[in-house]
Amino acid sequence: MAVGIEKPPVGLSRVAISQTHGENSPYFAGWKAYDENPYDEIKNPSGVIQMGLAENQVSFDLIEEYLKQHPETSTGGDHNSNFRENALFQDYHGLPSFRKALASFMGQIRVGRAKFDPDRVVLTAGATAANELLTFILADPGDALLIPTPYYPGFDRDLRWRTGVKIVPIHCNSSNNFQVTRQALEEAYNSAKAMNVRVRGVLITNPSNPLGATVQRQVLEDILDFVTKKNIHLVSDEIYSGSTFSSSEFVSVAEILEARNYREAERVHIVYSLSKDLGLPGFRVGTIYSYNDKVMTTARRMSSFSLVSSQTQQLLATMLSDKKFTENYIRTNRERLRKRYDMIIEGLKKAGIECLKGNAGLFCWMNLGPFLDKPTRESELVLWSSIVHEVKLNISPGCSCHCSEPGWFRVCFANMSEQTLEVALKRIHDFIKKQR
Amino acid sequence: MRPLSRKATCNSHGQDSSYFLGWQEYEKRPYDAVRNPTGIIQMGLAENQLSFDLLESWLAANPDAASFKGNGESIFRELALFQDYHGLPAFKKALTEFMSEIRRNKVNFDPTNLVLTAGATSANETLIFCLAEEGEAFLLPTPYYPGFDRDLKWRTGAEIVPIECHSSNGFKITQAALDDAYEAAQKRNLRVKGVLITNPSNPLGTTLTREELNLLLNFVNAKDIHLISDEIYSGTVFNSPGFISVMEVVRDLKLENTDVWNQVHIVYSLSKDLGLPGFRVGAIYSNNDAVVSAATKMSSFGLISSQTQYLLSALLSDKNFTKNYIKENQRRLRRRQEMLVNGLRNVGIECLQSNAGLFCWVDMRHLMSSNTFEGEMELWKKILYDVRLNISAGGSCHCSEPGWFRVCFSNMTEDTLNLSMQRLKNFVNSMNSSSSQSHHQRMKNSRRRSLTKWVLRLSFSDREPEER
Repeated sequence: MAVGIEKPPVGLSRVAISQTHGENSPYFAGWKAYDENPYDEIKNPSGVIQMGLAENQVSFDLIEEYLKQHPETSTGGDHNSNFRENALFQDYHGLPSFRKALASFMGQIRVGRAKFDPDRVVLTAGATAANELLTFILADPGDALLIPTPYYPGFDRDLRWRTGVKIVPIHCNSSNNFQVTRQALEEAYNSAKAMNVRVRGVLITNPSNPLGATVQRQVLEDILDFVTKKNIHLVSDEIYSGSTFSSSEFVSVAEILEARNYREAERVHIVYSLSKDLGLPGFRVGTIYSYNDKVMTTARRMSSFSLVSSQTQQLLATMLSDKKFTENYIRTNRERLRKRYDMIIEGLKKAGIECLKGNAGLFCWMNLGPFLDKPTRESELVLWSSIVHEVKLNISPGCSCHCSEPGWFRVCFANMSEQTLEVALKRIHDFIKKQR
Repeated sequence: MRPLSRKATCNSHGQDSSYFLGWQEYEKRPYDAVRNPTGIIQMGLAENQLSFDLLESWLAANPDAASFKGNGESIFRELALFQDYHGLPAFKKALTEFMSEIRRNKVNFDPTNLVLTAGATSANETLIFCLAEEGEAFLLPTPYYPGFDRDLKWRTGAEIVPIECHSSNGFKITQAALDDAYEAAQKRNLRVKGVLITNPSNPLGTTLTREELNLLLNFVNAKDIHLISDEIYSGTVFNSPGFISVMEVVRDLKLENTDVWNQVHIVYSLSKDLGLPGFRVGAIYSNNDAVVSAATKMSSFGLISSQTQYLLSALLSDKNFTKNYIKENQRRLRRRQEMLVNGLRNVGIECLQSNAGLFCWVDMRHLMSSNTFEGEMELWKKILYDVRLNISAGGSCHCSEPGWFRVCFSNMTEDTLNLSMQRLKNFVNSMNSSSSQSHHQRMKNSRRRSLTKWVLRLSFSDREPEER
């Protein structure tokens, strides 16, 4: 979506009138259909089921139980001194107790295979802010970041809109389960070069959205070698790290760095958030963990534009400091997500639909390629439209994730009850039967 | 080290000014009545600490709002999931009503024209992203809040061109100053996109007069540019003349069906009026649909925690509370300001007559050894190191005249304020009975050398004012 060069109406900036916020893509059209006719078990059983929203609703009871057992968590304990101090606290270094708890939580997710220094944790209002911030710091307008496809549609806005930075895709395909290859990296880099665009870094999401799979260790090594060779940065968005079904299957770039004795670590930056693992997107809690001091300092200063509410920091500092709670939560959450995943895979299989083998995240990557009229983007969108408007399921078409192979769809499974998931599976089943 | 962007390596974050040195020194030896009675008293921090007890009693009487309960039921789940950038409807309604109440209901705000942001810091930057870009500028009256240099310019690439105001007329904005600023921008090859005012003013502590607001509206109308009115201190107006919002004047001048209607935008926040800077609650209000639409999407980069939106929607929906709070808060601020003004007057120091804000704009020109910014810095250092008060030098606020200082009065207890006045009294008395000129000259020279040392040290510091 190009930035217009005509004179902006009413004296607005080019950024303000550009379409780079991406809200006119099909990703959002599906949402509209859902908003206009949302499914409700009782009140609207034939409404559209939302399967395009990567929310984690399977483990709220654990948090609610914790808050019930520890009521002082939300009221901040002793009212008088705590409220005042907390209300005044706007230090962009962040609440020390919260940073400590968050760093420890991130370490727990990686089962101690990587440790995080609380003093390096930079807080931002969500990963959305973290990713944009890093882009402002690592790249100039006109530069590019290389991103493996398919990728989260929101990146088009988060990384490009106000920063003026471009995204050049690293094309991945189903022949090797969409894993990044050395060849694909080189091709992406060269295509940027051919366009006279300076590449500043590679940004990966691990575990991947929308694939729902972790990045293999060897691939991480390859990517790290690549960015080192090209002297560029690596941003690893590990927002779904706690949503891996089995803790042993997730390899964080932090572990690779530790194994390499932190050689070349200055080019690596990790993004994390509590929106997916803890299911708290409304609380706006994100973080940048950079191994580069200058990036860390600059990010901290820039975080002034998107600080985390001190009220929220206080609440979460208390909760995440409770190791018994966090250990139980992480483990139980993984189990429940695996159960959901198994349920949807099984259900889709019964309908004759295959998915990419996944092991993480809140969604599966479904292959409807065999059901396309033609292996084209247009065909994919036609099929998608039927699914949204006739089957009444809002799922995300692969093209909105920039997938180069038509026919793939992201289907979320953690943002609804098991009953609703059953209903959705039945509808798919009936739809496929009709297609045959 | 890997190369970073130009934005990362430039100095537009503004960390290298005296504003921060004072902060740093304070952090090293902060005053504490019991543990460090000779420490530095922080008077450079525009925080409102006078009315927490009112908030705390409300919280004690209404525990559900902080405990994720609504109508006795847990709404934790809904809040945890709520990340809609349109904001919590109940909160926007309560916030716009609060804003109206502050303006004595002379203005009504439509919640759909309100965009929530993580603090006014985010609101101001977002507005500039919407209205300007590299090669373009906003005109700001001086003196202004030092943080604007970062907030408005750093990531947006836009420029600030000052509208010079002078003590000769109480630092009021004049037509001549506006024209000069516009011309200065042209000379720098910058396209002017708008004017940004802070009303009530930081650091002056005064409300803009109706004449000034008329002047500004005519100016932006004639030039076909925008007007941003940062009204973050609107609830702190404690004396007459009362607060006149730019939106009120637009209506009084019957400009609703003109272009200007779409070119006036307000910024607000709860950091000053309610004393909640940590909660990151800011807002943009505009009648311009395109601005609201773009700003709403941009707010994704700085949303307000739903936990906080919920708590504050309950608080601000309680009209008994808000009515009492606004009145009582203003009363306490007035009292504090009087204490400071009288305390200073007793030692021959006058302030600009003010009726708002959390600070006074103090005239210390007569205490400088020379009428220069060097003289101002020298005096500022004496006050920091000898008198042990951290106040803000006018130069860091881009004041065109040396010798003025911003002194905050609402971020400490009464006792501490009295102590600061006592220390100042001792200082002024000792200056008056100061010994020979040569001693004075020697002190000046040694301080000038030290100044250079400190300025060098500054550029490596990692401190920033998160406040105004």
